[in-house]
Amino acid sequence: MQMPPADPAILEQRQSLIAALGDIVGLDHVLADETSMRTYESDGLSAYRQMPMLVVLPATTAEVSAVMRLCGERGVKLVPRGAGTSLSGGALPLADGVTLGLSRLNRILEIDYANRCAVVQPGVANLAVSEAVEAAGFYYAPDPSSQIVCSVGGNVAENSGGVHCLKYGLTTNNLLGIEMVMIDGEIVRFGGRQFDAPGYDMLGVVTGSEGMLGIITEVTVRLLPKPPVARALLAGFPSNESGGACVAEIIGNGIIPAGLEMMDRPAIHAAEDFCHAGYPLDAEAILICELDGPAVEVDALIEQVSELANACGATSLKVSTTEDERQKFWLGRKSAFPAAARIAPDYYVMDGTIPRRRLSEVLRRISEMSKEYDLPVANVFHAGDGNLHPLILYDANNPGELEKVEELGAKILTLCVEVGGVLTGEHGVGVEKRDLMPTMFTEDDIKQQQRVKCAFDPDHLLNPGKVFPTLHRCAELGQMHVHHGELPWPDIPRF
Amino acid sequence: MADTLQPRDQDDLLEAMTWAADKGSPLEIVGSGSKRSLGRTMQCSATLDLRAFAGIEEYEAAELVLTAGAATPLAEIEIALAEAGQMLAFEPMDTGALLGVEMSGTLGGLLACNLSGPRRIRAGAARDHFLGFSAVSGRAERFKAGGKVVKNVTGYDLCKLLAGSHGTLAALCEVSLKVLPRPEKTRTVLVFGLSEERAVEAMGAALSSSNEPSGAAFLPAKLAAHSGVDYVSGAGSSVTAMRVEGVDVSVDARCQALRELLGAFGETEELHSSRSLKFWREIRDVVPFAGDDRVVWRISVPPAAGGALARKLIDAQPCELFMDWGGGLLWVAMSTGGDGDDGGGAALHKAAAAAGGHASCVRASAALRGHIDVFQPMSPALDGLTRRLKDGFDPAGILNPGRMYAGI
Repeated sequence: MQMPPADPAILEQRQSLIAALGDIVGLDHVLADETSMRTYESDGLSAYRQMPMLVVLPATTAEVSAVMRLCGERGVKLVPRGAGTSLSGGALPLADGVTLGLSRLNRILEIDYANRCAVVQPGVANLAVSEAVEAAGFYYAPDPSSQIVCSVGGNVAENSGGVHCLKYGLTTNNLLGIEMVMIDGEIVRFGGRQFDAPGYDMLGVVTGSEGMLGIITEVTVRLLPKPPVARALLAGFPSNESGGACVAEIIGNGIIPAGLEMMDRPAIHAAEDFCHAGYPLDAEAILICELDGPAVEVDALIEQVSELANACGATSLKVSTTEDERQKFWLGRKSAFPAAARIAPDYYVMDGTIPRRRLSEVLRRISEMSKEYDLPVANVFHAGDGNLHPLILYDANNPGELEKVEELGAKILTLCVEVGGVLTGEHGVGVEKRDLMPTMFTEDDIKQQQRVKCAFDPDHLLNPGKVFPTLHRCAELGQMHVHHGELPWPDIPRF
Repeated sequence: MADTLQPRDQDDLLEAMTWAADKGSPLEIVGSGSKRSLGRTMQCSATLDLRAFAGIEEYEAAELVLTAGAATPLAEIEIALAEAGQMLAFEPMDTGALLGVEMSGTLGGLLACNLSGPRRIRAGAARDHFLGFSAVSGRAERFKAGGKVVKNVTGYDLCKLLAGSHGTLAALCEVSLKVLPRPEKTRTVLVFGLSEERAVEAMGAALSSSNEPSGAAFLPAKLAAHSGVDYVSGAGSSVTAMRVEGVDVSVDARCQALRELLGAFGETEELHSSRSLKFWREIRDVVPFAGDDRVVWRISVPPAAGGALARKLIDAQPCELFMDWGGGLLWVAMSTGGDGDDGGGAALHKAAAAAGGHASCVRASAALRGHIDVFQPMSPALDGLTRRLKDGFDPAGILNPGRMYAGI
């Protein structure tokens, strides 16, 4: 993975930067020795590693602002980092960059039940928000699988999803406002506690911008009343086709479940061996369908979904009758990644979205590719929204195997785009899928996105090397071919 | 008389845009033209009529995605969705009644204005359902963003930026939206005789309960009296309304629970199917202020601030107002004010900001819209960023220039 080359002139400033950053945050919070920086050399995508030049850990918005002003003035690149759980290398450091960790901005600032929102600092863990409001009957809906540790700020940067996002939306649909620091240190606010904001939707465009437009220092999230009841159904199917058909039937019948997950045979076996969730080992595919809401509604819908599953040829069907049972159905799905880790030394998680109607075709072609590359692939699938997570199992100690995995991964994602889907449903582009962007976008498409980057960060100091395969200077991007008034009236109908 | 350019396809559009960018000729972008009177008054040398970009291109209900030309009439979309038992869940308002025009709006128009309706509180606005698009920028370049699937984080979310940009960044050609199943049943619980403040408390209690209201609005007695729904017009008092939608048995149960919860606030009543639909259409389309020429503002604030702000506005100036979004949205009709003044703008911007929100003018004469701040004035930082973004899409300033803010 090619990253922007390190600038020797910046590396030379290292000692003076340590002192200057120390003046802002205290020297205890500037990490400069190899041992303490080691934690920061990679994120959840551990295949890629790079030691940062320095790590700085500010504790307040004012400190973040001062650090950014300093780095902005000196032309030093910054890589923001939340909890470091990115699966796309979003927080991969730069050799000549300062990694700015937000772990010390970890307080819930206010819970505003009257407006059904909470104001939190970016380093607060996703699950901590729901835990803080649970007693009052509320929760924060987006629930990425890393929710115990992943940070709200990171969720905003990546526009994180989770198993419940078909019904409750991604992070972007559950935010009301943010405070953000621009590269020049200016502190801005987008949105607030109301439903919309005047002017361009800055909150919307910053969400999912992968730490490249500014550094988020405060987030106002929407809180939802907790549904009184949640029940899950576990159905086994004789083929991926029949499982996929059942998903289409459920949604075609007007049901939007809280969660709708599918696993294929290799994933079922890995999960069952790992945690004994009671998954049917004779099934080619299983479906976990969760319904939440008032008890009468959940009971009625679970009945309806059971009928649909049977009509689609389900070979086994279980409905949770207790909370323990529901949790057990989910246990296997939620442990899919660690389960994969048990059967192979390493695994690589992909994240494409496809139109659901192409599912069986895509799974068949993935299986063919898996054989061709001699690398096992297990698939877990957010079936409701078409978000596919193939897990490629491998051993990084075998020379050349990681390269093979990357090649297979790229082929799988290219396939997703070919069938009308996209490169990433929830993990982000980061460094991982950066060079695949041209499979989905033209050069003009990508340049238009980069012009947005230029409006926020004209010198490309924030998290450069992510998302865009080629860096263009903002001055070059701003140029326009003009004809100096030589063009005649366009030859199109006019009135 | 300004010319109207009517491109037949993307090549034509590109040619028109290249010409306009080269000459620096400002274009007014029009779909059906139903919302031409929204925003600041503009001086454009030509109209860019996008009507050729119409028609549903891809729609498979089980995928929850619809792709259509940006100028497809909303009416056509709604018929296709209804046939498949689906809907645009954000319930976009039909601006026709309020703005006094007959034609149906287009998909591109509702996205450019980021419209929504009473269901905003549960389902979000147009922005939350806008999945992808192709467009031509003011740089006269074709580009696309997003995708045709419901879950996608590939690249920056330019859909959000385009939603609500009032045609100042690009001319949309094709758009993809998330669509959702239509609820099986709809009912509305009414509470009679509450004050503005008390109504916001009642709506807050309902919205904080697990009964999932998908609408929460308040009409003062005088406006309630003119409703086309008999239970509302005959109330003889203010009406606070909460809508419950979904599966049959669930709606019954939640209505019952809501009536028990809200009984503490006042006498309750229930609207069933057609009355409920009619009532929310009146709220969605701001029917209480249709058919006259008063200046109308929309104020968006944190919901809990709505009641106190409503009281403050009524006490400070002659106006009428009603609330939606559980108090988060105030529709205000100014009873006085001609073109000589600012239509109440300065006072409303100030009051809205003090309450933590913003005000925008949705109906006023062209003359008034030519000299007031139609949208809440921006901070210097936001203003600078907005100008740089505009510059990145439309450096020659040819797309609906000045529609939102002077120079943008």
